[in-house]
Amino acid sequence: MRKNVGLKVFTGLVFAFLLVPLLIIIVTSFGTNSTIQFPIKGFTLDWYGKVFSNEAFMDSFFLSLKVAFIATLLALIIGVPAAYSLARHKVFGRNWIKSFFLSPTIVPGLVVGYAMYQFIVIKFQFPIIQGLLLGHFLICLPYVIRVVGSTIEQLDFSIEEVSWTLGCTKLQTFIKVVLPNITSGIFASFMLAFINSFNNIPVSQFLSGPGVTMLPTSLMNYIEYNYDPSVSALSVVLMLGTIVLMFIIEKTLGLASIS
Amino acid sequence: MTQRRIPYIILAPGLILLILFLVLPLISAIYPTFFDGGFTLANYTSFFLDDYNFGIFWRTIKISLIATLICVVLGVPTAFYISKSPKKWRGLLMSITLFPLLTNSVVRSFAWITILGQDGIVNNALKSMGLISKPLTLLYTEFAIVIGSVYLFLPLMVITLVGILENIDSEIMEAAETLGANRLVAFMKVILPLSVPGIIVGSILVFTGSLTAYTTPQLLGGNRNIMLATFLYQNATALGNWQGASVIALIMIAATLIVMKLFNWVAGRMDKRGEASA
Repeated sequence: MRKNVGLKVFTGLVFAFLLVPLLIIIVTSFGTNSTIQFPIKGFTLDWYGKVFSNEAFMDSFFLSLKVAFIATLLALIIGVPAAYSLARHKVFGRNWIKSFFLSPTIVPGLVVGYAMYQFIVIKFQFPIIQGLLLGHFLICLPYVIRVVGSTIEQLDFSIEEVSWTLGCTKLQTFIKVVLPNITSGIFASFMLAFINSFNNIPVSQFLSGPGVTMLPTSLMNYIEYNYDPSVSALSVVLMLGTIVLMFIIEKTLGLASIS
Repeated sequence: MTQRRIPYIILAPGLILLILFLVLPLISAIYPTFFDGGFTLANYTSFFLDDYNFGIFWRTIKISLIATLICVVLGVPTAFYISKSPKKWRGLLMSITLFPLLTNSVVRSFAWITILGQDGIVNNALKSMGLISKPLTLLYTEFAIVIGSVYLFLPLMVITLVGILENIDSEIMEAAETLGANRLVAFMKVILPLSVPGIIVGSILVFTGSLTAYTTPQLLGGNRNIMLATFLYQNATALGNWQGASVIALIMIAATLIVMKLFNWVAGRMDKRGEASA
């Protein structure tokens, strides 16, 4: 194939567009000036210290981790058996039920958060944290249904039949034969659901209150009133987290499995 | 008899949670917007007849449309390049594309604040070159929201397209060239039509994403360039107008569904074999 210089330059520019803004953030996080500057004049790591000593950031960071983890776990507990049932059993209105399970992706996140806030926090007086957990459960569930569902569909049905013939009950077969064979799908959906819950803003926007603020929301609130490099420093920390997760996924499943 | 009930018992917890915490909350928010004494559409007609509200609706549609177009124009050649590069490069290019997508959207919008702001990189560069004396207003404009949305959703478009383009036989392109088409013509007449299903799926993701986005218009649009999501939030919190917020909520859901149906319909018409409804 001949080299197509035009296409190469075009792609190069697109990648520059994708990466340069993030590189600029990394550089500005080391600046000594009290507002963000580029290029920077001096070099300091103080802003990273400021991030880790900022209680609002740290509290919301741990809350985000906790909520994302519990919501993902809940989605797996409910979603994996449901995905199995949808793939293997004769269920009346199967496609309809599957679309219903995927429906949280169609309703805009802010609307989900708004409706839940009005209904369960205002009307039924649930604590905000429970609303937040349920909202994030709704974010996670479609990933589990979709990813685990397609893994089960690719699994050879005859190994289950063999297991039944050899005397295992259906539950034993599910636990001893099906689950070990779909761990990659479960892991991939866990990663996807966790990242998306951790990064989500719209759903949490209404479902927050005193002491219950997720990290992206607390970062957003901070940006509205501040323009200092600690925002850049926190952004870099979050990017490092993304890189670590991508590295784990690449080493275990390959990034192709989630894209 | 009990055997047949098992699937429904397994599916029940998920269905019940979805009904209790998604369907009922939505109904309870939206139902009252249709009833004021008796059934009425007045809340919706008055929303669209009001110039201010309609302006926000129109701005949202316009910005989403422009962002989608730019994502297609930038995304198709990029995805084509990625799909045709050697395997070890492809993995690296895909990770670079995936990285922004997995990075928090607040971080990604914030990057553009530092670039477009009054004291931002673009203004400082232009000032030091002596091209401008007063900083340009780039941030808190519709332009800033468009850039931010493209930046947010371009990776999604590229990844969707790479999945489709990888399956196109590279010999097709060579055949077109052998038959006398130059590269650009071959691309336009062969690759582009074959990538229509990918463009449609990608466009649905970008368009509905921009249409309902909250973070980007909030951070890059400022108070004067409100979009539907930020308007909903403003109505519910600052204005305390729950009825108005619910009206916007339904408009956002309806717009999302209409866009999805419309794009799939267009795809069905363009793809004569009718395979594009994926």
